[in-house]
Amino acid sequence: MTITNEPGAQVAVPTDLVNVTIDGVEMQVPKGTLVIRAAELIGIEIPRFCDHPLLDPVAACRACLIEVDGMPKPQPACAQMVAEGMNVHTQHSSQVAAEAQAGVMEFLLVNHPLDCPVCDKGGECPLQNQAMSVGRPETRFTEEKRTFPKPINVSAQILLDRERCVSCARCTRFAEQIAGDPMIELLERGAQQQVGTADDEPFDSYFSGNTIQICPVGALTSADYRFRSRPFDLVSVPTTCEHCASGCSLRTDYRRGVVTRRLAWDDPEVNEEWNCDKGRFAFRYQSHGRINAPLVRENGELRVASWPEALATAAGIFEAARGNAGVLVGGRSTVEDAYAYSVMARAVLATDDIDFRVRAMSDEEAGFLAAVVAGSPVTTTYGSLENAPLVLLVDIEPEDESPIVFLRLRKAARGGTRVVTVASHLTTGSEKMNAELVACAPGDEVRALTELSADIRTALAVPGAVIMVGERAAAVPGAFTAVADLAKSTGAALVWVPRRAGERSALDAGALAGLLPGGRPLTDATAREEVARIWGISADRLPQPGRSGRALLENAARGDYAALLIGGVEVDDLRDADLLRAALESETSVVAISTHHNEVTAAADVVFPSGVVTEKSGTFLDWEGRPRPFGQVFHEALTTSDAGVISAIAEVMDATVEGSVTGIRGQIGALGPWRGARTTRTAVAAQPAAAGVRLATWRQLLDLGLMQSDEPHLAATARPTVARMSAATAAANGITEIATLTGPAGAISLPVEITEMVPDVVWVPMNSEGSRIYRDLGLGFGDVVQISAGGRP
Amino acid sequence: MPEMPQVVRGFGVTFNTIFKKVVTEQYPEDSTKYPPKPRFHGRHQLNRWADGLEKCIGCELCAWACPADAIFVEGAENSETERFSPGERYGRVYQINYVRCIFCGLCIEACPTRALTMTNEFELADNNRADLIYEKKDLLAPMLPGMLAPPHPMVPGTTDTDYYAGKITGAVPEQLIEQELLDEEVSEVTS
Repeated sequence: MTITNEPGAQVAVPTDLVNVTIDGVEMQVPKGTLVIRAAELIGIEIPRFCDHPLLDPVAACRACLIEVDGMPKPQPACAQMVAEGMNVHTQHSSQVAAEAQAGVMEFLLVNHPLDCPVCDKGGECPLQNQAMSVGRPETRFTEEKRTFPKPINVSAQILLDRERCVSCARCTRFAEQIAGDPMIELLERGAQQQVGTADDEPFDSYFSGNTIQICPVGALTSADYRFRSRPFDLVSVPTTCEHCASGCSLRTDYRRGVVTRRLAWDDPEVNEEWNCDKGRFAFRYQSHGRINAPLVRENGELRVASWPEALATAAGIFEAARGNAGVLVGGRSTVEDAYAYSVMARAVLATDDIDFRVRAMSDEEAGFLAAVVAGSPVTTTYGSLENAPLVLLVDIEPEDESPIVFLRLRKAARGGTRVVTVASHLTTGSEKMNAELVACAPGDEVRALTELSADIRTALAVPGAVIMVGERAAAVPGAFTAVADLAKSTGAALVWVPRRAGERSALDAGALAGLLPGGRPLTDATAREEVARIWGISADRLPQPGRSGRALLENAARGDYAALLIGGVEVDDLRDADLLRAALESETSVVAISTHHNEVTAAADVVFPSGVVTEKSGTFLDWEGRPRPFGQVFHEALTTSDAGVISAIAEVMDATVEGSVTGIRGQIGALGPWRGARTTRTAVAAQPAAAGVRLATWRQLLDLGLMQSDEPHLAATARPTVARMSAATAAANGITEIATLTGPAGAISLPVEITEMVPDVVWVPMNSEGSRIYRDLGLGFGDVVQISAGGRP
Repeated sequence: MPEMPQVVRGFGVTFNTIFKKVVTEQYPEDSTKYPPKPRFHGRHQLNRWADGLEKCIGCELCAWACPADAIFVEGAENSETERFSPGERYGRVYQINYVRCIFCGLCIEACPTRALTMTNEFELADNNRADLIYEKKDLLAPMLPGMLAPPHPMVPGTTDTDYYAGKITGAVPEQLIEQELLDEEVSEVTS
């Protein structure tokens, strides 16, 4: 059992304790404690397979049988609650319990195949360990074992070997209780009992990988890790997931310089023991298509250059661009890397034209982030979601955009939290959270929020209520204003949940125009003084507030910057991709720091390789603002972090930018939290909604994201690409099976799924196969789209 | 009788030895006359089933048992079109580093399928490290008459259990034909 101490949370002191004796040790435990947990408290380990602290007890495997005085038969310790005066004897003090456990062990092994040498679980298998430590040395079972064809796919990723299953129901309970995807179930009876799916419905859950990890035998394995290594080959490093702002703790296992798998690591305050399939299975991008050496453009072609040459070329470009440069950080940077960009821009390039956002964005959003989010302490946490009376979701689909938030909200909803979502329709994710819908067409968020029912408003005023707003709100003028006003008027806590892991990190590192690290306003004299002292320059050398967002891109597109410093930016991820393309084609010199080749590096004048998460250490801030530090997996990596590259360029320019992780953490620590006045946000009025069918869209968890490339098994579990609209909308446009959506950039045709949703809205995934909205349509969330019947998907 | 001088007594030993059988073995000239004992721990061998399929399942238990960390194995999955061993898994990469190996034999004890055994071959000296890392191709047992070089399917109608039970006595023509058919299918699919 793990006790979590949330800052400021009240730790409940149990009052109703009961006296219980286990193996002669008298103890007091809270009423309702399971015997197996009570025994753990005094260091007595009772064998178990089906028991899992985060799943409801089921007593399916019977491995934990114990003797209780006064009870006629041995009892399962994992389902037996303590009672006053209970006297428990485990296998250590009771012959009955020991024999019962040995008997169960023998039964479990009767049909278990001798697969250990070829089984992916072999070497880390609870059943194997248990059999080795307490199992019979010789089998008494000489008959034919029951066999099944092996293995079968329960999804493209998850393989099931039914011979190995001990019917503990951990996987089916996880799917039903935690993920809410009861697509697997125990079928048949007796020796034929097996885990199975419906015929035409594979186990395509976003969280399916967790079942592999909690399977106490090798019955569930992944196609991805199949036969790739044995546990004793692997070196494990605790890391943080780089895929989204949920901030999961992971364990990265590698063998001979190659990551072989990633597992969810136990962090009760954040991801508990779970993670999503993207975080678990999407890591091959780390080794494919990498930039290995600095590149310099010569006679129009990029060629490999030495580090000194590339650094000197970049330094020359930046020398000529002091005071007139733009910096795009990208949304995937660590706090340390973003901090280095931030220092480079202000202290060396003497510019404040810096932004980390590579998506739909607005000045209203930048103002909101600076005033409300940047540098704010960790107050609303995963734990507060669990205890919240009501959570209001605005423009966020947690299952797709922050899956561990989804899991925690589902857990909260099962515990009585009311979840309300402001969206065009109730998604399957919303249904799993038992969410209520505040129906709202994209772009109408402001009206929906101002017209919230009195009932929800009252609930929001209850202490502990939370409003979560997603990054999509940036596409809706006035949405952030409305959300902030709602939080202010009701007193509810307000959190911003970005999609990418590096967004909150970059924001708090000051990688946004007008902001210094820790949410310090660039215009505040004290803040300037504090930061300048740490950076070793005089405060008057810090620039005046500059451009961010579209203004920055427009300036770049005009070719007005002398130089651009661009981090990990994929051009097509920008709502205004054309502006950046124009900038790349202009005369402006571009220095790119990137892990992979992309459109920016192809157009850059100097390209520096940068390390992926396994090749550097650093910190991500999750949506709570909680630091999620991670260590370096491959110490022999030849690449350095973005901060290392920036520091080296600055050194050639006779300037100092700290480049080491420890050094930057020291500087951030020395700066401390900002206690002065924050910037104030400027209210932005809502715009009247345009007439016509509007586009609702977001990125699904599994889509064409670059960090999911080269993962065929994972991609095969993605949801099919469909267009959703209400029956009325379909009928009004004569659409039956296929709909064609047309925008300024082109048209796409998708199969239609009639969904109960707001009329005159069509939902499509933002970046899935056959539906890359920004690129294919030239439209974004809330834009008016032409729809018609027919077409070829 | 007067004592013989010490020097003469000493040469007496030499003189007597002239009439004894020589114990010196002429290596390498006469090496075939003096083979190692049958249970001598020499170079390893990766054995085959009677039909030519490999016994190694890539389980790495030999590597786990090795006290000198001399063995490196990487498993992989047999597919319908490319089968190297009966069952699901085979050893795709198999290396033994004879610079490290101490010939203790723990690896062959650990092997669950009797794939790894040791031969009597002991002439493993070389003048560089790289050549002393023996790959799978250097370690695999030679093809005997009646064997078919993998990849090829199992004997039709049998399972991996039949192989482990020793029911396979040699390759059958169907395995060759099936393999050719599979090759044709594959080429049809790819073309």
